[in-house]
Amino acid sequence: MKPGDRLPPLEIPITRTLIVAGAIASRDYQDVHHDPDLARQKGSPDIFMNILTTNGLVGRYITDHFGPRAELRRVAIRLGAPNHPGDTMVLTGTVEEVDGDTATVRVVGANGLGEHVTGTVTVRVPV
Amino acid sequence: MSGEPEVHEEFEARLKAYEGRPAAATGVGRDPVNEPMIRHWCEAMGDTSPAYTGPDAVAPPTMLQAWTMAGLTRRPERTAAYDELLTLLDESGHDAVVATDCEQEYLRPLRPGDEITFDSVIESVSGRKTTKLGAGYFITTRTDVRAGGEPAGTHRFRILKYAPAHRPSKPAERRPRPVVNRDNSGFWEGVARHALLIQRCTACTTLRFPWLPGCTSCGSPDWDTVEARGEGTVHSYVVMHHPPFPAFEPPYAVGLIELAEGVRIVSNVVGVPYDKVRIGMPVRLEFRRYDDELVLPVFQGVTP
Repeated sequence: MKPGDRLPPLEIPITRTLIVAGAIASRDYQDVHHDPDLARQKGSPDIFMNILTTNGLVGRYITDHFGPRAELRRVAIRLGAPNHPGDTMVLTGTVEEVDGDTATVRVVGANGLGEHVTGTVTVRVPV
Repeated sequence: MSGEPEVHEEFEARLKAYEGRPAAATGVGRDPVNEPMIRHWCEAMGDTSPAYTGPDAVAPPTMLQAWTMAGLTRRPERTAAYDELLTLLDESGHDAVVATDCEQEYLRPLRPGDEITFDSVIESVSGRKTTKLGAGYFITTRTDVRAGGEPAGTHRFRILKYAPAHRPSKPAERRPRPVVNRDNSGFWEGVARHALLIQRCTACTTLRFPWLPGCTSCGSPDWDTVEARGEGTVHSYVVMHHPPFPAFEPPYAVGLIELAEGVRIVSNVVGVPYDKVRIGMPVRLEFRRYDDELVLPVFQGVTP
């Protein structure tokens, strides 16, 4: 684990099921995450993934890579292009800083429209 | 909202007054941290980490906010101040919301059985911003989450309350009404009971369509009707791309259908993509209701 290390990419198909399942698992009943008609009335072409699901996927990407003993300390994300059904998001990560057993990883999730999520994750990986 | 800057400034000042005020006071998690919700979360995320199952399971740290969500119920912990702020924005047309940023710090793992409490403060309200979604205001809140009374994490959340720039026009336009007169009322009476009626000259038995007062072959004014069996083929067609008409969403196919009885009718070809309609394609009659008073005969493409 050293600065500059790249994590293998993780490809996530953005299905309608993933968007709705993620919204419900995070107890987010905002209509734009499950009702296409109401999403369109709010100017979106279709339903889109909620931020809690994106956050969960970013966390999973990091712990999948560093293993079950890795402890997430901080996850900070910003959303850009929405994740609509039928798209694919590819998560990539680069280790930016290492301090003892703690690393800061820059994460980007890109979809067909652009960057869906950018952020940093601080993770402790006990030796 | 008016576009005048001083009006925005006055409105912004009203919004800014909410900075520093509590957004949620002593919220209590609807459920303690629990295995079923952890499992549902892991299923949705495709997260198979063994850290989240078994006797020593912890909750995925990124679930932090999920434990504070009200779901479909009203949030008793939400303060009057936060309600007022959101209402001000709703009533000024900024009624749509999207989350833009989430920053979480995890101070200790959450385990099944942990009772969650939280407090939240309105950290900041931005000035008016123009975004792709529409103009609006960013609201940032910070939530301190506790488990069994002990600090467990902090959660900073930013939403954009905006006036959608691309709100579709409502209500939907209705299709134009047919002109019904003495000469064709029999046809529309047939359509109303889902029968496509063809006129037949009682003097020379020639079929005719569309409906006319006299026979195009022998000139006789006397006629009766024959009900179409409903089978036909696409004799010719056009695909409408432009111009768009209200109630019609281009592109769509308009077919000249030759009925099995030998007469032709102009109608929509439905059930097949507009670019898959072909001359000679077999079609079958069906009746579609377009609104509470309009039923039209259309032709369903029959794929071999």
